[in-house]
Amino acid sequence: MIVGTRRNRMNHRVIHALNALVIVGTGAVLLLPNFSVGQTPATATKAAASAPVQAAKPAAPATAAAKPAAIPRTPDGKPDLTGYWTNATYTPLERAANVTKQFFTEQEFETNTRNAAVRDEQQTTPGTTGDVHYDFTQFGLDKSQNTFAHDLRTAMITDPPDGRVPAQTPEAQKRSRDRAAAYKVPGAAYDSVQTISISSRCVIYNPPPGPPMLPQGYNGNYQIIQSPNYVMILFEQIGDIRIIPLDGRSAPPPTVRPWMGFSRGHWDGDTLVVETTNFSDRPEGRPRQLSGISDNFKLIERFKRIDDKTINYEFTVNDPETFVKPWIVNMPFTKINGPIFEPACHEGNYGMLDTMKGAREQDKKK
Amino acid sequence: MRSPRQRLVFFAAAAAVCLGLAMVSTAVQQTPPAPAAAAYRAPRTRDGKPDLNGIFQAMNTANYDLAPHNPAPGPLLIGSMIGALSATPPGMGVIEGTSLPYLPAAIEQKKKNFETRFAEDPEAKCYLPGVPRFMYMPYPFQIIQGQGHIAMISEYKNALRDIYMDHQTKAPADSWMGWSNGHWDGETLVIDTTGFNDRSWFDRAGDYHSDALHVVERITATSPYHLNYEATIEDPQTFSKPWKISMPLYRRLEKNAEIMDYRCVEYSEDLIYGKYRKEPIK
Repeated sequence: MIVGTRRNRMNHRVIHALNALVIVGTGAVLLLPNFSVGQTPATATKAAASAPVQAAKPAAPATAAAKPAAIPRTPDGKPDLTGYWTNATYTPLERAANVTKQFFTEQEFETNTRNAAVRDEQQTTPGTTGDVHYDFTQFGLDKSQNTFAHDLRTAMITDPPDGRVPAQTPEAQKRSRDRAAAYKVPGAAYDSVQTISISSRCVIYNPPPGPPMLPQGYNGNYQIIQSPNYVMILFEQIGDIRIIPLDGRSAPPPTVRPWMGFSRGHWDGDTLVVETTNFSDRPEGRPRQLSGISDNFKLIERFKRIDDKTINYEFTVNDPETFVKPWIVNMPFTKINGPIFEPACHEGNYGMLDTMKGAREQDKKK
Repeated sequence: MRSPRQRLVFFAAAAAVCLGLAMVSTAVQQTPPAPAAAAYRAPRTRDGKPDLNGIFQAMNTANYDLAPHNPAPGPLLIGSMIGALSATPPGMGVIEGTSLPYLPAAIEQKKKNFETRFAEDPEAKCYLPGVPRFMYMPYPFQIIQGQGHIAMISEYKNALRDIYMDHQTKAPADSWMGWSNGHWDGETLVIDTTGFNDRSWFDRAGDYHSDALHVVERITATSPYHLNYEATIEDPQTFSKPWKISMPLYRRLEKNAEIMDYRCVEYSEDLIYGKYRKEPIK
């Protein structure tokens, strides 16, 4: 196994993780890295193999599969989306500039994933504050330690074919700048809580739980509960919840604009189609690619359960006032084991208290 | 047409039922809809269970104080002109009797909580409401009956109760909302919740509990528009005996009723962290 260099100062954790990855790449189930002494493996052992996910073809996502797999259905005959899911993936949203093909080979996928896992593992330097508080590997939060998509595609963007977010109109770029200015909180960082990022404050995560539902750095886990007239999606980060009515109601007046907009769903055959409007103009609660969207923006998402382990998720951004052409993103949601435990992010935000206290101590030293 | 004799029997039966109802009403104080529970059969979901799906809300002052209470002033805050907005309206209470059966040591803590309630109430800090407070917060909540789970989502910070109907386990750790296992007892959804931490309060009057809290709730549809809600609260570290609350929950009938996105975190931060601002709030 050729992994890393001496410069990387590989420790046992990395080696264990890489061993695990090689096996994960072949689709086998195993327990994950038996961390070095003193660390509890409890958090890391629960999730192991990434279920092999059918890579969606760019032009015709998995909906075009010839033989539809038997999928779980609710008592009223609709596809049952109930369960725990993750959209964790190493597939980038946009195709890297030096990549021209649409799919990696198995071998390339394994190599890329392994390299990414090494980068993840090395995001903190041993002995630093970051290592103590935010060593994701130590807490079993690295993607490589949990379920992630086995997706050979070189980008999640399926259209346009170059796999890149289309250019934004000058008006959209101005909207982005204006919104950033409008919501700029006066004062230097840490002068007040309001100068700190909205994610750290547990108001809403960024990227948010949607819509659209882009993969997260960590804890990108979801729980779906479904009745004939509603679909609820819980997002583990901050415990955010989407409630999607399926009863044909219209969107509220345009003056009501929550962070995540208002979603309305309906079944198109076996596909749950969700349309969302009334997005807030606060830029922080949105993926940065959508910071310039117009007031009339309507996002369209499609959820299609394609087999026992997978929901095919696709969203379309069609906002002529913002992008020079529409774009489509596709990714699998892969089944994971539950439960998702109560996050109580704000309730346990001791870091915020310490941050603010620390800032005032720093002031005294100046 | 009924014969006079049939009418007599009918009236006698009706009188007996009324008498029975009256006795039940006396026995179970402040639970007017309870007697009707036996009479009403809720519509069924596709899997044959009572259909409790919908958006509901309590209409009482339980969130101010579970016990019967008189109106009371709040902080006047002349600087920002709050005035009567912070006052407590009166209420009949939702408990049996006049006060909660605190242990002698616990009553002192309750009094302390009351004194500091405008700073220390978890609701003021936008913390999760716990159970049963979730059910009578002055916000609607939605019941979604799914496969193996019943979800309840409050408009209050989108707090979630995930009630396990199939895969039932013990609480893996303590939490604000506890760990709820549910089952059907005929028309009634019974929810058994344990695994609480000791941080939530029952109301704005500082009524509180320990992490030994155990709540058993019974929820029964009494009409297309009402649920009867009862909860038995047990916490031997705080109370000398179990006690009960009961109230109707009302279906929100507006055609556009919807759980909105109310993120109160932003409105609580200066209460919690304000003293560490560079320019402290006066």
